[in-house]
Amino acid sequence: MSAADRRTGPVRQIEQLGRLTVRGIEEVGYGAALLLESLFWVVVGRHRRQPVRLGAVVSEMMEIGIRALPIVSVLSATIGVMLAIQGIYTLKLFGAESRVTVGIALSITREFAPLITGILVAGRSGSALAARLGTMNINQEIDALRVMGINPVRFLVAPALLAMVVMVPALTFWSDFVGLLGAGIYVSLDLGMTLNAYSDRVIEVLKVDDLMHGLGKSVIFAALITLVAVVNGVSVTGGAEGLGRATTRAVVQAITAIVVTDMLFVFVVTR
Amino acid sequence: MSARASYALRDARGDAPVVIEVDELVTHYGERRILNGVSLSVREGEILVIMGGSGSGKSTLLRYLLALEQPTSGSVRILGVDVARAAPRQLYELRKRMGVAFQGGALFSSMSVGENIMLPLREHTDLDERTIQIMARLKLEVVDLAGFEHLMPAELSGGMIKRAALARAVVMDPKLLFCDEPSAGLDPVVAAALDDLILRLRAALGMTVVVVTHELDSAFKIADRIVVLDKGNILTIGSVAEVRASDNVRVQNLLNRKVEAEELDPDAYLRRLMGEGVGR
Repeated sequence: MSAADRRTGPVRQIEQLGRLTVRGIEEVGYGAALLLESLFWVVVGRHRRQPVRLGAVVSEMMEIGIRALPIVSVLSATIGVMLAIQGIYTLKLFGAESRVTVGIALSITREFAPLITGILVAGRSGSALAARLGTMNINQEIDALRVMGINPVRFLVAPALLAMVVMVPALTFWSDFVGLLGAGIYVSLDLGMTLNAYSDRVIEVLKVDDLMHGLGKSVIFAALITLVAVVNGVSVTGGAEGLGRATTRAVVQAITAIVVTDMLFVFVVTR
Repeated sequence: MSARASYALRDARGDAPVVIEVDELVTHYGERRILNGVSLSVREGEILVIMGGSGSGKSTLLRYLLALEQPTSGSVRILGVDVARAAPRQLYELRKRMGVAFQGGALFSSMSVGENIMLPLREHTDLDERTIQIMARLKLEVVDLAGFEHLMPAELSGGMIKRAALARAVVMDPKLLFCDEPSAGLDPVVAAALDDLILRLRAALGMTVVVVTHELDSAFKIADRIVVLDKGNILTIGSVAEVRASDNVRVQNLLNRKVEAEELDPDAYLRRLMGEGVGR
């Protein structure tokens, strides 16, 4: 019997916990290294005659941003309407339903738009990126890049990261607009407030800081989605089954990271 | 090329400079040893075939020859560059002089065949787009794939994927060409055509070629020298005739496609699988 077989239940569980902890730390470290290396290639790539190709960035931007517009619009409008319904219902208890605009404007721009956009992009583009890199890893395409003298981080990761960092805030800004519009339409129908009066009130309430709060968070979410997807994608082993596991893991980890980071961000910035 | 000319070429390799030198390479996977002090050299212009059964370490050895892994024990020198000590810039320059055709082709599935072949030229040269297209088309003609540049890799057959991978591997006119199992999974006619293609590429472009394969017919057809690997050890290195005449039992078993008695014994296999203590 080997030494591993002789280990008792609790010892084995502690060993397993230790192994998972080390793996987690390794993945965080790898993610940080990927971020730095991507930034390195963005800054000095052209000087080294190995630029991050604009065409690749634009192609990623189309996939991450433009093609996500319909679903972001639908979800943002729905959440806007939902917030308006809940806000009016709650404020009616105090007879202050006309003040609902304040709650809607602040919660959409500071919280809901970046959060819903981040979660949506994680599910849509983060999973796609993890699956693409995982497939490339299984098919030795990443090895092929390395042997061709093409740095995979410059060629695959940096364009995705750049596109994500531009498009997630852009989508968040769009989500702000559509969410506020959806809420405004409901408020105007329910409370008889005109859309003009509603938008004047929103503009009066909102400060640049509120918008920047949401957009700033979305930049962090963008980096998190990319790095989590890449770390999971390139570590795929075990064929199709492993690929499915890694893709699911990438989405779950990215959404968890987004929610936890959001809470920390709000804690630090708002209090 | 006639047999006489072919042998003359092989003899001439003795004076050619060494382009790959592996010295006492040892690698581990966890606690398991994969390569056990492997040493070999490859001379300019020769075709070296690395043979061995599954788990012999040939794919691992190939990863070191491609500078995809850094040796921790022993050394690997490729075109004069010590892989373990090379700066990233040196490795980058080295890799521009190497081409690889992976077992599954490793063509980028999001790009057409033409784009796959043009990629190294676009990344490493300042040539204009028209010149790049002409060069890619020339290489496609060499591998008999002219006119297929607009197809996606998913639309190609297994043999065509391997030929496209070869075209991409040689598009930069590399000094070294590596082929991983070039004829695996192909029918005998297509496999033989690929072997001919490798010989033709070597003759036309004057490259040094390293082929990893377990296909005996293919190895005997294209090799100037053969390395036989077994459980991480080199059993023999020599010309086709020398390997065929080897008196090493394991080499002969491999050549005669025999499986060792121990590997055929189900009890021994079970014992190995489950650990020695089980069943006592």
